[in-house]
Amino acid sequence: MTIYIEAIVTGLLSGGVYALMASGLTLIFGVMEIINIAQGALVVLGAYLSYALQHYFHIDLFLGLLLTMPLMFVFGVLIEWAFIRPLKRERTMFSILVTFAIALIIEGVLGLIFTTNLVTLHAWYITASIPVGGFYLPYIYVFGFALSVILLGGLYWLLYRTEFGKSLRASMQNRTAAELIGINVERVSAITFGIGIALTAAGGMAFGTTVPFNPGSSYDLISRLLVVIVLGGMGSLRGALVASLALLVIEDVTSVAWSPVWASTVFFVLLVLLLIFRPQGLFGQREGRKQ
Amino acid sequence: MKTFKSLRLPAPEAVDQAGSARVAIKILKIVGLLALLVVALLFPQQLSPDTATTGIAVYTLMFAAAATAWNIFAGYTGYIALGHAVFFGSGAYALGVMCKAWHIGNSLLGGGADLSLLFLHIPADYAPFVLVPLAGVIASLIAVPLGWIALRTRRHTFIVITIAMFFVFQLLAENNIANLTNGQSGLEFPIPSWTYPFFNFPFYYAMLAILVLALAASWWIRHSKYGLGLLAIRDDEDRALGLGVKTETSKLVAFVISAFFVGMLGGVWGYFQGSIAPPFAFDALFDVIVALMAFMGGLGTLAGPIVGALILEPTRQYFTLYYGASGYYLIIYGALFLVIVLLLPEGIIPTLRKWGSWWFASRANLKHIASDTEELDQAGPVVVDQAETGEGVNL
Repeated sequence: MTIYIEAIVTGLLSGGVYALMASGLTLIFGVMEIINIAQGALVVLGAYLSYALQHYFHIDLFLGLLLTMPLMFVFGVLIEWAFIRPLKRERTMFSILVTFAIALIIEGVLGLIFTTNLVTLHAWYITASIPVGGFYLPYIYVFGFALSVILLGGLYWLLYRTEFGKSLRASMQNRTAAELIGINVERVSAITFGIGIALTAAGGMAFGTTVPFNPGSSYDLISRLLVVIVLGGMGSLRGALVASLALLVIEDVTSVAWSPVWASTVFFVLLVLLLIFRPQGLFGQREGRKQ
Repeated sequence: MKTFKSLRLPAPEAVDQAGSARVAIKILKIVGLLALLVVALLFPQQLSPDTATTGIAVYTLMFAAAATAWNIFAGYTGYIALGHAVFFGSGAYALGVMCKAWHIGNSLLGGGADLSLLFLHIPADYAPFVLVPLAGVIASLIAVPLGWIALRTRRHTFIVITIAMFFVFQLLAENNIANLTNGQSGLEFPIPSWTYPFFNFPFYYAMLAILVLALAASWWIRHSKYGLGLLAIRDDEDRALGLGVKTETSKLVAFVISAFFVGMLGGVWGYFQGSIAPPFAFDALFDVIVALMAFMGGLGTLAGPIVGALILEPTRQYFTLYYGASGYYLIIYGALFLVIVLLLPEGIIPTLRKWGSWWFASRANLKHIASDTEELDQAGPVVVDQAETGEGVNL
């Protein structure tokens, strides 16, 4: 019984980290109608930034975020300005190709600098653990979850309590109408993209503390993140939260109850079943007619 | 002459000129195509006996055929599928499993007798090729339920579901589903007894044959009523449904046809490789590269995917050959990718066609100025309209 409780608890805690990465992806999709395939590669980039800060400058992983998150924000704004904004027609389709190219370049650069050997992050809270009931829980799970809660709380505050959040949600509902009432949608888009990428810096750090990674880790990550946002409903933040928690819990429970090799298959099968009955995902809106 | 202008009918002379130009272009296209085919047929023996080059040619033809097959579904219906590696891998595994189970082909462990089909006698080395269409059929059988599920959704969700399906299949192969795929270590194919430089030739011609078949299918669909239905789906699916196009069946059939060709390619590829493993048979890069080739050449055109493949695949093989070990290869390829999408968003073939029609239009205009008649002034822009919208032949 304890192993099931352990699986559920670790699933929930690491699900929080996935929620962090997926919320950036779904937010970007919601505002800009583009699918950022580079999200996986950017998560890995974030993990490597934390690794570099820790390895060469001995900066604590969590403190390092104060540096890497603004850096990634600027990087995101630059990507949006240089590569996403010039796409005028069929944005969704072309954004997939463009961001895939960006992912390839990031993977190549990381491979040049850090080689393709697997890397792990080190800190006292990664190896130490606290006893909870009948099992031991590494501190990092708790810390990572706390980080996700703080950042997602901040995101919630930004979206629902500020003027910028209002204009962001307006752009999400109707781009043209938002433009008509005087919202600078291009600026909102750039900032949204920056925020989405900045979140990956934190997500990447938390990801890197639990899993060894190399530049090629992005493929597995992006597939999971895409599945999460489809399950939750594209563009729905709440959906992304629920779906990432569900994904990790189901995976952890399956690997305990059955076998680790089938862990993600079960989730994929559930996804397909759900989509047969609810093509728009859990919290998504039914797609209207193409104008 | 008011009605003449308001209806924007082309002046007779202009039509005549545009018509004759079009006939000339058609003849040029057919001659060019035949010349290309002859060059392609002669390529291995006469033009390049060098093994590395013919190897690259095999891959180039494979991707040209794959992009053409992908285009039959994605280009015509507008549904961007990023999971065709599922059918590629399934075809490869299907052929491998069949060869192993029925002892077909020449293997080092003995076995592998020659094959007698009706009155044909097929040497053991060529026997696996006979099974290639069967591998295609298996891939298309897999495509039926996948397409049925995925095509319930549209646009972005469809794209993402095809990606998710791809990862499911990769995982299934890795987990040795039903003891067929042999898990991580992969599957061995029969080993043909051919020696180099000849070794590449049978695979080259097999890929060429599939490419010609796929192109013929693509051409036929493009000019049939069925293909018109697919294009209508691309333009406005709900309206197409309202006008009586059986959208669900049409989409599914196109999906299955394209899976059939990609499955056959996977089979030939597996035999060419000699052994296959999950990450290579189900390759995420395959999904995207095929789409990029079609995009680069021109989505929904006949020749576009082939043009894209002819440019991209040799480049990629070259980079892998010379920079394969380092990250440079990925950086260069990614940058190339970006440049194509940002500079040529419509693709090569549509861009060329646009330039071509501008050229004709400007020539037509010059003529009017010379003949100095008022009515004919209208003809210039009209010719542009015609050349851009009319004519379905997109070779």
